[in-house]
Amino acid sequence: MDVGKYDLNDTAIMQFDPKEKEMALTTKNLQVYYGDNHAFYDGSLQFERYKITALIGASGSGKSTFLRSLNRMNDGIAKVDGNIWYRSLDINSSAINVYEMRKHIGMVFQRPNPFSKSIRENITFAVKENGIKDKKKLDEIVESSLKRAALWEEVKDQLGSSALALSGGQQQRLCIARAIAMQPDILLMDEPASALDPISTLKVEETMMELKKHYTIIIVTHNMQQASRVSDYTAFFHLGHVIEYDKTKNIFTFPQKKATDDYVSGNFG
Amino acid sequence: MNPKTINKFALNTIKVIAGLVVIILAFLIGRILIQGVPHISWHFLTSPSQEFVSGGGISYQLFNSFYLLVLTLLISFPISLGAGIFLSEYAPKNWLTEILRMSIEILSSLPSVVVGLFGFLLFVVQFKLGFSIIAGAIALTFFNLPLLTSNVEQALNSVSDLQREAGMALGLSKWRTVIKVIIPEALPGIVTGIVLGAGRVFGEAAALIYTAGQSASTIDFTNWNPFNAASPLNWSRPAETLAVHIWKINSEGIMPDAAAVSAGTSAVLIIVVLIFNLSARYLGNKLYRKFTAAGK
Ligand SMILES: Nc1ncnc2c1ncn2[C@@H]1O[C@H](COP(=O)(O)OP(=O)(O)OP(=O)(O)O)[C@@H](O)[C@H]1O
Ligand SMILES: [Mg+2]
Repeated sequence: MDVGKYDLNDTAIMQFDPKEKEMALTTKNLQVYYGDNHAFYDGSLQFERYKITALIGASGSGKSTFLRSLNRMNDGIAKVDGNIWYRSLDINSSAINVYEMRKHIGMVFQRPNPFSKSIRENITFAVKENGIKDKKKLDEIVESSLKRAALWEEVKDQLGSSALALSGGQQQRLCIARAIAMQPDILLMDEPASALDPISTLKVEETMMELKKHYTIIIVTHNMQQASRVSDYTAFFHLGHVIEYDKTKNIFTFPQKKATDDYVSGNFG
Repeated sequence: MNPKTINKFALNTIKVIAGLVVIILAFLIGRILIQGVPHISWHFLTSPSQEFVSGGGISYQLFNSFYLLVLTLLISFPISLGAGIFLSEYAPKNWLTEILRMSIEILSSLPSVVVGLFGFLLFVVQFKLGFSIIAGAIALTFFNLPLLTSNVEQALNSVSDLQREAGMALGLSKWRTVIKVIIPEALPGIVTGIVLGAGRVFGEAAALIYTAGQSASTIDFTNWNPFNAASPLNWSRPAETLAVHIWKINSEGIMPDAAAVSAGTSAVLIIVVLIFNLSARYLGNKLYRKFTAAGK
């Protein structure tokens, strides 16, 4: 790819008026470094509450790097400068209790990673660690999270059996259920459907549309159709820069920047 | 020669070598068992050894071997678990950690005679522990610790980082993630390592000759007060084990049935070690299935 083809500082970033819309998360001048490798530059993005925001861009453009910084999963791996505002708190400051924060900002990974425990325990485990021990309450949480993740009907008769016996798509929905059992505000998803077949992918997408009623979702995806199907807003990443951020409709129909246009129309590079 | 012929040749060579190893092992084990098993009887297992007359058994040695094993594991397991967790989960990647890892490797390749003599000089003589079970257990700990630590570290390392991320992303602290997610997943490997190590410890003689000693003091199996010198649980008495017993009979045994006692003891030792090895596999598989399949 011709690196010099696009001007990385020529960007179009939509700004919300916080008075009109409620923001779930706002980053300000976020910079990420892996040692000497400056992997993400100056991202100032706002994420609206109860919406799905998609992060798209070529491989290595810094999407995961950015996403993992949002719930501090990069602690100890990368240096992250700048602010991440969540409910008037800068969660990128060292004073923040990251474990507490991660209960509010959950994450689902690219490869399904259920614990090698039973389906039920996969969901109750972290909830119990959090102090909820009441059996009835736990059963309720198991049922409601599995329902929200659109997995309940498929597994309700085998809650005691191993999560590893589920198909990849079911495992991924279990991971989503596990994350929402903690009742987070925000769900970060890093290519949650990339390892799945088309049918499981559609199921996960339906799940996301359903989840949107209660959660704010930020999702990384390589799948353009997916981005345009499920997301309300889209940010286009290129070489560690956010080039364009707008309503998904605009990004896919009238992108303002040439790089975005080339990428979404498949003429990239 | 074309690649196919070379491949065939290499494969056959490997098969021959593997076959040779199996034959030698089968011959050794078979010989020991054929010679020794006829001598094993309830009387042999439950009566004390004799020095000058025939008809002696191995009850003290048998008990001592197991007691020493239990003590050794009690000391070495917690230490190696802690060290293994540290090395796998917490140790920073720097030269200090590398030195630590290297020391463990060196320690694991020390000949057991050296471990025994070191134990003799330091614990038996310097610390005045005398020939005693506790001195033997400490020597065996030095012998067992490095391998057990590497085993724990490897078992933990083999658990995917995705599991660690899963725990962390749910707001668990690193420590809770290790305790509740990583260790259970690594447990089959850890247990297999412990039991295999137990087999090694059980058959060890050189490290014990100068630490736990070569005499089986009289044990009173009705007295379970560990502070009484005749109690089986007393850890300051000298305690000959099965392996040391075999060595001693063969070097200076003067009882008329020395050959038979030696063969019988060897057979018992081999059988116990075989049981350890088989149960290691069985336990490992069973735990693996329990933690991956139905976790009811
Ligand atoms: N753990 C890490 N250590 C060092 N460098 C890293 C690490 N993770 C990512 N990087 C670097 O950061 C840059 C951005 O990578 P990142 O994984 O964020 O890209 P991405 O947009 O998520 O790509 P993909 O679509 O392939 O997942 C790359 O140059 C990569 O080499
Ligand atoms: Mg990525």
